Amino acid sequence: MRSVAVVGIGKTAFGAFPDRDLRSLAVEAVTHAVEDANVPTERVEAFYLGNFAGPSFVGQNHLAPYVGTAAGFNSIPCTRIEDACASSGSAFFHAWQSVAAGVYDVVVAAGVEKMTSQTTPRVTEILAGAGDMAGEGRAGATFPALFAMIARRHMHQYGTTREQMAAVAVKNHANGAKNPQAHMRKVITIEQALAGKPISEPLTVYDCSLISDGAAAVVLVPLEMAARFNSRFARVLAVAQTSDYVALDQKDDITVFPSVKSAGEKAYKMAGLGPRDVEVAELHDCFTIAEIVASEDLGFVEKGKGGPFAAEACSAITGPLPINTSGGLKSKGHPVGATGVGQICDITMQLRGDAGERQVRRHRIGLAQNLGGSGATCVVSILGAA
Amino acid sequence: MPDSIESSASQGGTVYTETVIFSPPEQYAADAPYQIAIIDIEGGGRHTVRVLGKQESDRARIGDRVTFVEERDGVRYYRKAAT
Repeated sequence: MRSVAVVGIGKTAFGAFPDRDLRSLAVEAVTHAVEDANVPTERVEAFYLGNFAGPSFVGQNHLAPYVGTAAGFNSIPCTRIEDACASSGSAFFHAWQSVAAGVYDVVVAAGVEKMTSQTTPRVTEILAGAGDMAGEGRAGATFPALFAMIARRHMHQYGTTREQMAAVAVKNHANGAKNPQAHMRKVITIEQALAGKPISEPLTVYDCSLISDGAAAVVLVPLEMAARFNSRFARVLAVAQTSDYVALDQKDDITVFPSVKSAGEKAYKMAGLGPRDVEVAELHDCFTIAEIVASEDLGFVEKGKGGPFAAEACSAITGPLPINTSGGLKSKGHPVGATGVGQICDITMQLRGDAGERQVRRHRIGLAQNLGGSGATCVVSILGAA
Repeated sequence: MPDSIESSASQGGTVYTETVIFSPPEQYAADAPYQIAIIDIEGGGRHTVRVLGKQESDRARIGDRVTFVEERDGVRYYRKAAT
């Protein structure tokens, strides 16, 4: 297997863009990525596009060639990958595999979602489709409800508090406020977060990620070729994708994401590293409790201690392990299909030292964790500085 | 549906976790706010169900017992058991 590098990154801003369609967002991200990589579009040999629900959100299917041809790719395999909120994490995994296996030398992985043209109740219904529609979905479970039930159980078993969850939101908003590409660049207080409109108890609107439009893309090449394209590449030290039950009620203990644990363990093993080696991380904070659970399941902190870890500012930009310096899904935004590759872009920016006032002090090893549904898919990627 | 599942569905259960939903999907907009719970069914199995009632006293919490009311359109409705 060949070592692989990320030689180009490109992202649109995340937000609500009524004047932009799905294709123009995706093309903008891909164009930025190939320009950043100094790769002519005719050199690209395969294109993997992560997208969760284009057919439901904008009524368009067959998205990969629809975007790929507009981005200037001709006669190459263009494939859409759908794994709920981990769609583009999965696109990144498959792109990495194809380069590592020696099938292709230059591959683009991207993700896109255009969500804001639908009403919130309709978006809620479409997102519920990432769960088990015959069971929990039919009973009326929304995605906030599934994570609210995880939160309730985590509070019950470990004494996690609403204040600790609010601390995740406050931190991520503080980070996102400094990110020019973030959707909601607004600093919030613990009091505001706690008093937010209830969405699904105990979660308020400030515990939930945003409904956003946006796209992200990266260019992957074999490590041995990386410097020829871009001296500011990032090494892909590991990518692992795992799966678990789609329905929450099939799990024994919903305070654990087995897919996060297994993807993390596989990725650490592949990279020859452990949780203590990670210097900056982007975790999938679709809800504040999800960042808390992921920080535990990735071994950053003991099981049940994710709440205090966040509340004590351990994961702040100036803390021992900065998490979601981009603002996370909470403040940066969560255009579902774009999130996984967006995290790779954010980690690469940190490894390059390009994160401006959000730059962390130590930035040689970064980790990205992308979760699909209530944990049925997880992709963990570990990147290293050039 | 096999008889064994049918009969277990109509048994009582214990709340494993729960939430009250204020922001419903389009399909259930008229029901909001409504409570759902994952319950451990007596005799085995875990299911996601609706818990009926709009009053604070109807609210089922982790560890509370719930009794089966009915199954409608594939959804099982339960009510917090009297204590």
